Amino acid sequence: MKLPRWFHRFGSPPWVYGLAGALGPWIGGIAIVLIAAGTFGGLVLAPPDYLQGDSFRIIYIHVPSAYVSMMAYVILAVAAAIGFIWRLKLAHAAAVSIAPIGASFTFLALATGAIWGKPTWGTFWQWTDPRIMFELLLLFLYLGYMALRAAFEDRDKADRVSAILGVVGVVNVPIIHYSVIWWNSLHQGPTISRLDGPTITTDMLVPLLVMILGFTFFFFWLLLSRLQGEIVEREQATRWLRELVEESPG
Amino acid sequence: MMSFLQMGGYAAYVWPAYGITLLVLVLNVWSARRSHRRKLDRARLSDGREDASKQPTVRRL
Repeated sequence: MKLPRWFHRFGSPPWVYGLAGALGPWIGGIAIVLIAAGTFGGLVLAPPDYLQGDSFRIIYIHVPSAYVSMMAYVILAVAAAIGFIWRLKLAHAAAVSIAPIGASFTFLALATGAIWGKPTWGTFWQWTDPRIMFELLLLFLYLGYMALRAAFEDRDKADRVSAILGVVGVVNVPIIHYSVIWWNSLHQGPTISRLDGPTITTDMLVPLLVMILGFTFFFFWLLLSRLQGEIVEREQATRWLRELVEESPG
Repeated sequence: MMSFLQMGGYAAYVWPAYGITLLVLVLNVWSARRSHRRKLDRARLSDGREDASKQPTVRRL
């Protein structure tokens, strides 16, 4: 496969380290502005739901964290696959960086969902709700990926073995997404990604989309920051990193 | 203002949910930065030598 020349730079640790450092503050800034605006829209501007009242406002954090938890896993799996197939260390570094972030957003989706479930469904937790169970499985996949890596002394081996788990686990993501269509459960059916258009009014929808975008930027901000750390760890024997740490006394 | 804080009677659910979200977001930033800084510190102290057990091994074909 022929790749464009600029693409090869993504295999260069110093270049990616510098790029992450330059982009990070911008992406972080955009994330904070979007999340602030979305929170204001969701808590203040959006009208209360005719059925759920103000409890529905939890949607503005629950849906974005669930979305990021799944998106992050897909990126982890793609990065792990690239690392496995082309032996690209930076791709493994990206997958490693994603795992703790993804786990935290999965926890957040479960926690906010439980809090929302109490007034809405009458229960914090339901063991028979497929979407809750597969989201819980997603949390175990993230934690399993990290635990598996920790079991290897040799980083190369950890990269390759954990990549297999990462890639296999991705089948869980479409299951979470389609669970509300395949099974009848406490979770409601899709309201946004429908063929006939969203069934949520615009003044409720806009803050939600802003929040989803804000959480996505926030995720990439965290990813760049962790990726920088991961590159430092993997490159500590190289000359460019020696120069970098000598230039910037801690 | 009071009615905003009461969240139509759902304050006990809405505010903890937003609180835990803020906490997770802030902890994420703190933890990512700390990990980056610690790895830089370790690289500075390691003096260019990487732990031999962590070096990738070359396999003879």
